[in-house]
Amino acid sequence: MSTLVAPYRFADQFYAGARACIPVCISVAAYGVVWGVLARGAGLSLFEVILMSGLVFAGSAQFVALDLWSTTPSALPIGPLILAALIVNLRYLLLTATLRPLFRPDQQWKGAVMMGIVSDETWAMTVGEMARGRGSIAFLLGGGIFAYVVWMAMTVTGHVLGSAIDDPSRYGLDFAFTATFLALLLGMWRGKGDLVPWIVAALAAIVSAKLVGGSWYILIGGIFGSLAGALAERRRHVD
Amino acid sequence: MLTSPEALIAILGMALVTFAIKAGGLLLANRLPSDGFAAAWLRHIPGAVLAALVAPALVTGSPAEVIAAAATGLVFITSRNLFAAMAAGVATVYLARLLLAG
Repeated sequence: MSTLVAPYRFADQFYAGARACIPVCISVAAYGVVWGVLARGAGLSLFEVILMSGLVFAGSAQFVALDLWSTTPSALPIGPLILAALIVNLRYLLLTATLRPLFRPDQQWKGAVMMGIVSDETWAMTVGEMARGRGSIAFLLGGGIFAYVVWMAMTVTGHVLGSAIDDPSRYGLDFAFTATFLALLLGMWRGKGDLVPWIVAALAAIVSAKLVGGSWYILIGGIFGSLAGALAERRRHVD
Repeated sequence: MLTSPEALIAILGMALVTFAIKAGGLLLANRLPSDGFAAAWLRHIPGAVLAALVAPALVTGSPAEVIAAAATGLVFITSRNLFAAMAAGVATVYLARLLLAG
C-alpha cells in the first residue's frame, strides 16, 4: 500500500487536495446554504437534512428531490425520488471512470468504495491535477472530505437559519462554480487536439440543455465530446 | 418530528443508487482496455465534461456572466492561478450585475 511506503507524503497530498479545493468549496458552500434554506421550505426536518447530505452527498440530486418531497409520509413518492437520484447522477459514470489511473489494478474495490466521496468539484480538481502529471488517491480524499464537511456544515446552516440568510447569488457566489470550471478547462488545454472534443461537448451540452433540461446536458455533452475527441485522434493516426 | 419510515427508505434508496453509480464508473473503466480507442475516449472525458458543464451557463446567462467569464479566462491565462481566476469571475459578475441592473 502506498500509504505505508510514505505516510508523510500521504498527508502532504491530502492537505494539497484540501487546499486546492478551497475555490470550488466556496461554490459548494453557497449551493449548500441555498439547498438548506430550500429544504426547510420543502418541509425536511433537520435530521432528514443531515441524513440526505451525509448519505446521498450529491447536490443536483438533492435539489431535484426537494421538488418531489412531501411532508405527508404516505404521499412521499419513494420510487420517483430514487429514480430521479439515479438519473441525475448518471454523469458520475463518466466522472469516476476517468479516475482509473489513480488506482492499481489490485486496488479497484478499495477505489470503488472511495468513489462515494467524489463530487463534481473534487473530481474536477483531481483530473486537473492529473492533467499536470500529478494527482493521487490522497489528493482526491483530501479534497473530497473537505467538500463533504463543507456541504454538511452549510446545508445544516441553511436549514437552521432559514430565510434569515441572504441569497448567495446577490454576491455573485453562484458564479464561483462556472468560473472555477472554466479556469480548470483552460488549464487542461494541451493543443489543437482538444479543440474538436471541447467544441462538440459545448454544442451538445447547449442543445441538450435547451431541449431536455435537468442535468442531462453534462452527460450528453461529455459523451459526444469525448467520443469526438477519440474519433478525431484515431483519424489522425490513420492519415 | 425526526423523520418517517418512508422518508428514511427514500433517502437510503437515493444514497444507494448514487453510490452504485459512482463506484460503477470506476469498476466499468477497469474493464476497458488501457490502450487504443477506449483509452483515448477516457482521456478526452475530463475536458469534454468540463466544457459541457460551463457552456450552457455562458450561453443562457446574462451579459454579466459572459463578461465575468471573459475576466475569469483572462486572469487564468495570465496568472495560471485558479483561485485568482475564480475571485476575478465572482467579483466581475457581482459588479456587472449591479451596473447592468442599475
